[in-house]
Amino acid sequence: MEGDIAELGKFVGAGLAALGSGTAAIGVGHVAGNFLSGALRNPSAAGGQTATLFIGIAFAEALGIFSFLVALLLMFAV
Amino acid sequence: MATEAKDAAHGAEAASSGLPQLDITTFSNQIFWLIVTLVVIYLVLSKVALPRIASVLAERQGTITNDIAAAEELKAKAADAEAAYEKALADARAEAGKIAADTKAEMQAEVDAAMAKADAEIAARTAESEAKIAEIREGAAEAIKDVARDTAKEVVSALGVEIDEKAVEAAVAAQVKG
Amino acid sequence: MADKAHGDEGGLAFHPMDQFIVKPLFGDGPVGMFTITNATFWMALTIVCIALLLVVGTRGRALIPSRIQSVAELAYGFIYKMVEDVAGKDAVGFFPYIMTLFMFIVFSNFLGLLPLSFTTTSHIAVTAILAMAVFLTVTIVGFVKNGVGFLGLFWVSAAPLPLRPILAVIEVISYFVRPVSHSIRLAGNMMAGHAVIKVFAGFAAIAAISPVSVLAVTAIYGLEVLVSFIQAYVFTILTCVYLKDALHPSH
Repeated sequence: MEGDIAELGKFVGAGLAALGSGTAAIGVGHVAGNFLSGALRNPSAAGGQTATLFIGIAFAEALGIFSFLVALLLMFAV
Repeated sequence: MATEAKDAAHGAEAASSGLPQLDITTFSNQIFWLIVTLVVIYLVLSKVALPRIASVLAERQGTITNDIAAAEELKAKAADAEAAYEKALADARAEAGKIAADTKAEMQAEVDAAMAKADAEIAARTAESEAKIAEIREGAAEAIKDVARDTAKEVVSALGVEIDEKAVEAAVAAQVKG
Repeated sequence: MADKAHGDEGGLAFHPMDQFIVKPLFGDGPVGMFTITNATFWMALTIVCIALLLVVGTRGRALIPSRIQSVAELAYGFIYKMVEDVAGKDAVGFFPYIMTLFMFIVFSNFLGLLPLSFTTTSHIAVTAILAMAVFLTVTIVGFVKNGVGFLGLFWVSAAPLPLRPILAVIEVISYFVRPVSHSIRLAGNMMAGHAVIKVFAGFAAIAAISPVSVLAVTAIYGLEVLVSFIQAYVFTILTCVYLKDALHPSH
């Protein structure tokens, strides 16, 4: 058998960690969608809240980036 | 020198196998140049760029404020001019009305005076004419009385009757009167 | 070096991470502390671009701005308003610092989008220094302005008393995770975007799917332009938020 079980584990782990990026996408979509529905209800208040929107998106995305980073580390560094 | 070479070899190995981002040997280089870059950018921004842009923006704001103030002033002036125009118009109207009323009153007075004078003249003439007519009528009545008396005297004398002057006269007067 | 190592694989080979290798610009020696590397070159180019935009672009000081001057004024107004709105009026003294961060990140990100370029902000070393600088600034400013009162940031007085120690632990952890997430967010976004573009570009070697690959690269590139700006914006606005915590720690 070529390779070893550690190599296999690395790739499987990287693939599983990459799923986290997808869940972060759900989170970002949730933030943006809720912002939009709120903004359509009260468009006059929406303008002042775009900064909050971006902060929320950034926090949601950072966690996805963490899982992406874990995948990269498994692929290249471990 | 030897350690450097070993580091380089290690760096090359790390670069080819792992993530370039986790290659510790390049960190000092990147950090050094990053700090240089940030200091240069900070100095350029804080000494030259930002004060300049701030002054330009302040100047523009000042110009805009001045322009708005000037526009307000001109607007106020225009409003004043309009008010003055309206006032002048109203004054002129009032003046014109007054002049018209005055002229009318004057003319009325003149007309009244002329009318009164004419009336007085007419009255005087009428009175004079009436007096003349009365005189003429008086004269005519006297003449008729004379003629009637003379005629009656002649008729009575022609009849051969003694003339009673007084009776004739009374009879004529009665006849003329009646 | 890397090409030689990968050279004999042949066929469909992706090396999406090769674009991030730091190598000397002149010669092929080791990367020492003062070596002029491609990172140095692209950082210098960042300085040149910022100077062109903000110094040369505004040299006319025109009352009615030219195009470049409008862009410079737009950037100035954008960051100034952000500092004022998010961090408060008394944070205006930090405006040049925040402007420096924003301009450096936004220009590094955009220059990194040029083909064959090197993205300095995709390196964790660079973003970690940026984030640590922000973290240290915020912590020092917080203690200098508020003294021990700055620790009130971790003591949530709005919560019920039994919960407060637990919340304090969580707050302290989240406070120290800030620079980590702050730096990894930026580096990770940049790295991920460029690696994805490279992977899609690698598919172009297969003739049958190369049109799809080119379309995908175009689409991802457009997304990356957006992400480049948004990440710079997010980094800056989070700096402002942290600064607000330092200046007004009452929760």
